[in-house]
Amino acid sequence: MLEIAIGIILGCCAIGAGIALIAGVGPGIGEGQAAAKACEAVGRQPESKSAVTSTLILGCALAETTGLYGLIIGILLIFVAPGSFVGILKSAIEWAKNSGML
Amino acid sequence: METANSTRWKDRLLLILCILPMVLAMTVKVLTTQEAPLSEGVNISGAQIFFAIDMPLQPLYITSALVNSWCVILTIFFLCLYLTHGIKVIPDSRRQHAAEWIVDTVNKLVRENMGESYMGFAPFIAGILGLSALSSLSSLLGLFPPTSDVNIVLGWAILVFGIITHYKLKGGLWAYIKSFFSPVFVFAPLNIIGELATPISMSFRHYGNIMSGMVISTLISFALRSLSKALLGWLPGILGNIPFLQVGLPAVLSLYLDIFSGCMQAFIFAMLTMMFVATAAPEENV
Repeated sequence: MLEIAIGIILGCCAIGAGIALIAGVGPGIGEGQAAAKACEAVGRQPESKSAVTSTLILGCALAETTGLYGLIIGILLIFVAPGSFVGILKSAIEWAKNSGML
Repeated sequence: METANSTRWKDRLLLILCILPMVLAMTVKVLTTQEAPLSEGVNISGAQIFFAIDMPLQPLYITSALVNSWCVILTIFFLCLYLTHGIKVIPDSRRQHAAEWIVDTVNKLVRENMGESYMGFAPFIAGILGLSALSSLSSLLGLFPPTSDVNIVLGWAILVFGIITHYKLKGGLWAYIKSFFSPVFVFAPLNIIGELATPISMSFRHYGNIMSGMVISTLISFALRSLSKALLGWLPGILGNIPFLQVGLPAVLSLYLDIFSGCMQAFIFAMLTMMFVATAAPEENV
């Protein structure tokens, strides 16, 4: 029984990590639009290329943040969560056995 | 003649003192790392815990991130001493030119983004820039970069949050409390969450970038090792065990993930600090 429970935990952690990385869609679209506008701006005013480029890089790095939140959640779910969840499950079973519920 | 000689000796001494903390951190790492067997799977872990000091609420863990952070601080300290000792009115040495360039650049940045009345912030901004950039770049020496530990970066972000709150309180306590209930009373929870999100988003942005770079480069170098084992494993003797494919590609990736990303995040952290502090002060003070 415990093996099945641990298997479910591992599988759900992997699925959750996959779902969390959908957060990468937003920054991708946003940064693409920012880059498109920057290209337009450089095409219109080639002399302002350096200013546009530095502003674009700063804006892109800021827009990345929401995607990074998803990435952090994904990495935590893969590398940290399974161990701690299994630990919680085991201690809960222990506690239930000790208090006579199982 | 004698003063020139003593200056040269001081130069060398301070340069050695600059490099010494980094060498110390590398030595600590080499002495405390347990060699992982080659067959073991991909191994990604956080900062290594050296020992714990008992504290009332929770033990204080002395980790490699903490040690490396202090080593970077010492390096910056001696670098500043090296750049600025024996400066003259008319600069005649390269290091004085470098020091003046750094000070001029940071002063210009602060003047453009915060205004003339905040020039006192220039050393603080320069400190944040240098500490953050050198911390991220310390991964080039094989050290655990302190910025890929959320505790270190959260500490800086809380410091910045304290400064922001201090400037907001300059308009008076009542105005500060009232700003939470604008525009309508109902918005209070949203405003409070938005206020607390500032340090969290600042620290997560920085730490997420550096840590994800570390994770991606670890995964790629592990994948290349497995690939070269599968492709070139038939070579006789020790030749089969050398991961040839690991040569080159990780270095190119590190150009983006370590150098560009690290410097970029340092710049963004400093930029956001300047913007938040400059907009925090009440209108009539500016």
